[in-house]
Amino acid sequence: MGLFNLLFGQKGFTHGIHPPYHKDTADKPIRRLPFPPQLVLPLDQHIGKPAIPLVVKGQEVVRGEPIAKADGNFSVPLHAPATGRIAGIELMPTPKGPKTNAILIDVYEGSTQEVLWEQPREMSELSPQEIIQAIQDSGMVGLGGAAFPSHMKLSIPPDKQVDTLIVNGCECEPYLTCDHRIMLEHPKALLRGIRYAMRATGTEKAIIGIEDNKMDAVELLKSHLSKGSPVEVKAVETKYPQGSEKMLIKSALDREVPTGGLPADVGVVVNNVGTLAGLGDLLPKGRGLIERVITVAGPGIAKPANYLVPLGTPIRYILDYVGYEGARTEFILGGPMMGPAVSALDTPITKGTSGLLVLNEPSIEEESHKIWPCIRCARCVSACPMHLNPSMLGQLAAKRKYEEMAEEYHLTDCFECGCCSYVCPSNIPLVQYFRIAKAINREQAA
Amino acid sequence: MSKKPTIELRTSPHAHAGEDVVVIMRNVVYALLPICAFTVWQFGISALALLVVVTLTCLLSERMFNALSGKPSSLGDWSATITGLLLAMTLPPGFPLWMGAVAAFVGVALGKAMFGGLGMNAMNPALIGRAFVQAAFPVAITTWTPAFFDGRFSQFIPTTLTPPFLQPPAVGDWVSEVTVDAFSGATPLALQKFEGVVTDHMDMLLGTTAGSAGETSALLILAGGLYLAARRMLDWRIPVLVLLSAAVTAGIFYMIDPAKYPDPLFVVLSGGLMLGAWFMASDMVGSPVTPLGVVIYAVMIGVITVIIRLFGGLTEGVMYAILLGNAATPLIDQITQPRVFGEQRAGK
Repeated sequence: MGLFNLLFGQKGFTHGIHPPYHKDTADKPIRRLPFPPQLVLPLDQHIGKPAIPLVVKGQEVVRGEPIAKADGNFSVPLHAPATGRIAGIELMPTPKGPKTNAILIDVYEGSTQEVLWEQPREMSELSPQEIIQAIQDSGMVGLGGAAFPSHMKLSIPPDKQVDTLIVNGCECEPYLTCDHRIMLEHPKALLRGIRYAMRATGTEKAIIGIEDNKMDAVELLKSHLSKGSPVEVKAVETKYPQGSEKMLIKSALDREVPTGGLPADVGVVVNNVGTLAGLGDLLPKGRGLIERVITVAGPGIAKPANYLVPLGTPIRYILDYVGYEGARTEFILGGPMMGPAVSALDTPITKGTSGLLVLNEPSIEEESHKIWPCIRCARCVSACPMHLNPSMLGQLAAKRKYEEMAEEYHLTDCFECGCCSYVCPSNIPLVQYFRIAKAINREQAA
Repeated sequence: MSKKPTIELRTSPHAHAGEDVVVIMRNVVYALLPICAFTVWQFGISALALLVVVTLTCLLSERMFNALSGKPSSLGDWSATITGLLLAMTLPPGFPLWMGAVAAFVGVALGKAMFGGLGMNAMNPALIGRAFVQAAFPVAITTWTPAFFDGRFSQFIPTTLTPPFLQPPAVGDWVSEVTVDAFSGATPLALQKFEGVVTDHMDMLLGTTAGSAGETSALLILAGGLYLAARRMLDWRIPVLVLLSAAVTAGIFYMIDPAKYPDPLFVVLSGGLMLGAWFMASDMVGSPVTPLGVVIYAVMIGVITVIIRLFGGLTEGVMYAILLGNAATPLIDQITQPRVFGEQRAGK
């Protein structure tokens, strides 16, 4: 614990940054977006093996019906987000970068688009194992952005003991407010989902960690909890990257996940509020994940808001619907700190997409992006939440000493939050260097 | 609404704090300007000429090395301007201009360009320049002239206009001629060391004493430093720890023998310690990046300064202390790597 924390009695993580938050859409209720004429559903919307298609071209599907099954345990199924006809299975652009196979659905215009496929179940009768299976069948993944299959995350390895479920309501990325709105509008589904996750993991305690710029959500959730409830709501400091697992575990429980370890190593499992609210809604009904809430915002968006969109909606359709401006612009999926920029407007919203931002940052060619030599100001050192030395790592990366970076300077502990690049007065693309270094080290190891 | 936008592709993060090197460097210049103005008021056109000649020489040298290495001009980053201003401030106000130009050229050439320019230099370029002329021109660099002499805005100090490669004239007669009031040409440090006279603290705080061009007013240096610290363009821990460790070291000796050793406040306010602590020791390029490293570095500078002053042949030790600190920085950084989040270390 640092001196500051010792003096002020705070248990939060040290370092981090305070970017402008731009949470302009926090008071915008979630609205449903109309169905686009065609949906694009990549088979690898999650981390793990891509799903296996269950449909063929020309086949009719109803909203909610499974259209692809999980390929083994480390995979999840896909469900049809709309009633329509399969237009084909083709290579399409995805947020991840390379084109991957995607199921295309031509949406029926005249359809009422009710969910026509579901298998309601009595949740209280399910064993932990059956809950895990139900979660996999729902196709749920981490909706905070990681898109890690939720049933895998909630399956605790037999050699580990977890005592606490941490519910991540931090939403520390600027602009994004979808989790905030879900907490305000669906507290009951969230608390239901928390109970399911606690039963599945065998945890006796749950802590909902929420940044203290969302006190309305803190108060609301508290009002839904009875005295003696095993669920606790905890306001944590508003600071990026508070919503990273390791940082939130530190802030909520003062436990440090060991380097290279998992939350389960310190008896914790972490889930995002959107994910758990989704489970609370989907599991009793026996439905699959077919839509999600995203924040559409940024300086290029005339009317920023939160939308419930069918998975597979191309971002071009959303942009045309909400209206945007900027002849030269960046389109970001997720938050500005960690979200990828898309190269094609045909890219669809996938399970892991938490936002669509249109930024009008100065062009890369302009003077403000000029890269200066490192002046050793140490701002990156005091920003890195992992207490790495990005200054040294950056100098090694420039010399392509990638192995030394990993062996001597803990490169593998970097989770690419981008704080170092954000603060660097020399505009050195530090985290970008580190990504390359990590990728090359992975290749060398393989 | 445009239908066909140009899509920019970049990797995250897509946001930046917005403060770049140029902004930081420019603000350091702002912080130095009041000190320069005071210097000119105090020592007249001689100090002004020194500031201008030294800074221009730095800029010209920097530009020349840019051209030689085939790089675009780096004058826009303001770092050469800072080197020039700081270097001029560490020289006696009547320092011959040609010697000032030599110091500036050597500082930029050996202190900066040789290493590859901004960020690559191991030591503070201004201090490299000063160290060179201290060795080359030992008399001129210890020839002090009184502050606030009459006619300082109409006549140069005789040494200022020494023709190149010639020795400056002795100023003793001139000093006794122009000194109408009690000011003496000797610096507080020299007075204390060689004559045992302790200058009034208030005079040193305000800067109404003899000394190098820009080191005399502790108050203005403090103001400039605090401005930068408040804007987080300077690591306040370095100057504070340098001054604190110097005061503590001096305090120990003062307690042993108050008659022989100066009091801690005198040590902190005299000579170039204030200027060095706030504007040179804190130079980002030459100081460690690790939190613990910063502490070791700053304390080292403070202690070495006092030891040189009290026991060395020189009256002033700040310059060598900082250069030593700069030299030790890579090693300090190496041995003080921070504990990484989640790292298990023995005994914890």
